[in-house]
Amino acid sequence: MKSVQLVDQPVPLNGEMPPTAARAPAAGERFGLGGHARSYVVRVRGGNMGALPAILGLIVLCVVFAVLRPSFISKTNFANLFTQGAAITIIAMGLVFVLLLGEIDLSAGFASGVCAAVMATLLTNNGQSWWVAMLAALATGAIIGLVLGFAVARIGIPSFVITLAAFLALQGVVLLIIGNGGNISIRDKTIIAIANKNLPPALGWALFAIAVIGYGSVQTARIVTRRAHGLSHTTYSVVAARIAALALVGGAAVYFLNLQRSRNSAIVSLRGVPVIVPMIVALLVFWTYVLTSTRFGRHVYAVGGNAEAARRAGIDIIRIRVVGFVICSTMAAMGGIVAASRATSVDPNAGGSNTLLYAVGAAVIGGTSLFGGKGRILDAVLGGAVIAVIDNGMGLMGYSAGIKYVVTGSVLALAASVDALSGSRRY
Amino acid sequence: MTDSLDRDPILELRGVNKSFGAVQVLHDVHFAAYSGEVTALVGDNGAGKSTLVKCIAGIHPIDSGTYLFNGGPVNVHSPRDASALGVEIVYQDLALCNNLDIVQNLFLGREKRGRFVLDEPGMEELTARTLTNLSVRTVTSFRQKVASLSGGQRQTIAIAKAVLWNSKVVILDEPTAALGVAQTAQVLELVRRLARAGLAVVLISHNMNDVLAVSDRVCALYLGRVAAEVRTAETTHSQIVELITTGQSGTSQKGPPLSPHHADVATPTAAAPVVADILPPAASAASSSNGEPG
Repeated sequence: MKSVQLVDQPVPLNGEMPPTAARAPAAGERFGLGGHARSYVVRVRGGNMGALPAILGLIVLCVVFAVLRPSFISKTNFANLFTQGAAITIIAMGLVFVLLLGEIDLSAGFASGVCAAVMATLLTNNGQSWWVAMLAALATGAIIGLVLGFAVARIGIPSFVITLAAFLALQGVVLLIIGNGGNISIRDKTIIAIANKNLPPALGWALFAIAVIGYGSVQTARIVTRRAHGLSHTTYSVVAARIAALALVGGAAVYFLNLQRSRNSAIVSLRGVPVIVPMIVALLVFWTYVLTSTRFGRHVYAVGGNAEAARRAGIDIIRIRVVGFVICSTMAAMGGIVAASRATSVDPNAGGSNTLLYAVGAAVIGGTSLFGGKGRILDAVLGGAVIAVIDNGMGLMGYSAGIKYVVTGSVLALAASVDALSGSRRY
Repeated sequence: MTDSLDRDPILELRGVNKSFGAVQVLHDVHFAAYSGEVTALVGDNGAGKSTLVKCIAGIHPIDSGTYLFNGGPVNVHSPRDASALGVEIVYQDLALCNNLDIVQNLFLGREKRGRFVLDEPGMEELTARTLTNLSVRTVTSFRQKVASLSGGQRQTIAIAKAVLWNSKVVILDEPTAALGVAQTAQVLELVRRLARAGLAVVLISHNMNDVLAVSDRVCALYLGRVAAEVRTAETTHSQIVELITTGQSGTSQKGPPLSPHHADVATPTAAAPVVADILPPAASAASSSNGEPG
């Protein structure tokens, strides 16, 4: 019996066929700087803008605010931007998973509020240690995600409806835990440090060096393995340019953050990279790894792109969806902890008002599609930065909350239009 | 290549019945597919083609009858059972993810793992080898998103995905239905190449030209029964159309009358003349058009 083994032994074909793979990429083909620039232009023209709108928007906003209000680029305000945008960015990272699956989680904001309230209660009212309280908050987030994911994936309730229900219910839970008009303050030093302390300058530089070296080695290793397999690969000049760009931007940021921000450094020294920055970088690296380099991540994209194809490929789409919601709500819990740390208290409106919409806005402004199947964790960081800059800059300009909301809403509408207009070319 | 009449079919269904409630969709169906051959499954809408294919795929369990694979009876209760045997189905609505690239689609659900990360270079290398073997041209990069491919290229990728896993039987459901002329030719060429590589190919098609161009044998279903199972070379366009529409043939102008149910070409004792070898597409199309009036 003849059988084909296309996997291990390519079947030689008889000579009648014309020479094969005429236009397939030549083995070991290299893409230099010029080739990269060209393919990028082609991609953007083809409707795949990637991070371009977010980065351009960020630059424009920063320039405008810097011109109109010089205090925007002060050292203190620069450091503030990071801590202000942190909670939303972290919640947005979780939302990227749900959006990739083609779902939505409207309850992420109040999920963060509930988890923060659980943590604050355990810390302040029950005297638990910070790590018990934190784990309890994260576990609460995971359970919320499990329930939502089960309702969506197994029972088949549209995510818009069930998470809207959860939005309302969790809002009530926050009220029940904290009590109407109540407020639980947080005094635990470790929790407060998350959003309020800075790294010693030397540690900031050390972490920066680790990040650059790590990025460089990952990029270089990719070239080496691809070349070993005889596949097309980028040149070292491209990698060098990327590393240089990272080192330049990151180095400048670390340098500014390490400058003395305190008005009177004799009384209190205020310098260094905020503790939250390396935490966000770590989350960015971890979740990017999960999405791009693991089976689970690949399957998340597949379910969001074509759930039926994913099912036929033997992927357990229910499991993928449930885990997506669990990740989203757990990240919301993390965002809630950061927000509570920054406010040093939890009130009944924790995770309310604009939290959720800012977080969804961050993901979409960054380039994550509302139609599923397209997005990166980096989008949450870039979009979170845009939102933080708008919020912060407009605040400095003295505009009311009303105008801030209108502007942020308009930016989100713009981002959503870009997403919708790129249509089928959006991948 | 030896003639299939001397061999047993790799996949055979004997006396299969299938009902949905009170409606019996398949009546005592006999179907066989041979390695190295293209078997066309034809029939009008509602004749039971899809049901038969879903029974083969394990999506619908059969009510009665025997499912033989490689000569031995097997139980196929789920798509996984069918995949485990090496039976793959390429459905009409291509099961591809537009947002993933070619490599990611080919390995979807069966990604190769490295130590910490997915073995991307390994998967890309295998993709390159497989597609080159299938003579897939016009793909500029294996890292192209499927969204950017043409219909023919997508069909090719869907077929490549089915044969990548050492499959023995590939069932193609209307692979050329949505394609243009050049792309159809491209896909039909690929179908021939799969058979030449030793796979048993089952082609479901409404297009008689496609059937005559690439198939070695034709199985016609009529109202849930096998109207005839004949060699393509011995039949004509109009005979096949007659089988599809009326369930019988013999009133045709040319060609031998076709035996009705269970035409026994599938058994070694068949009296049908031997076709020496699998003909290349052009030759088989030419030989069949010889017997065709006008």
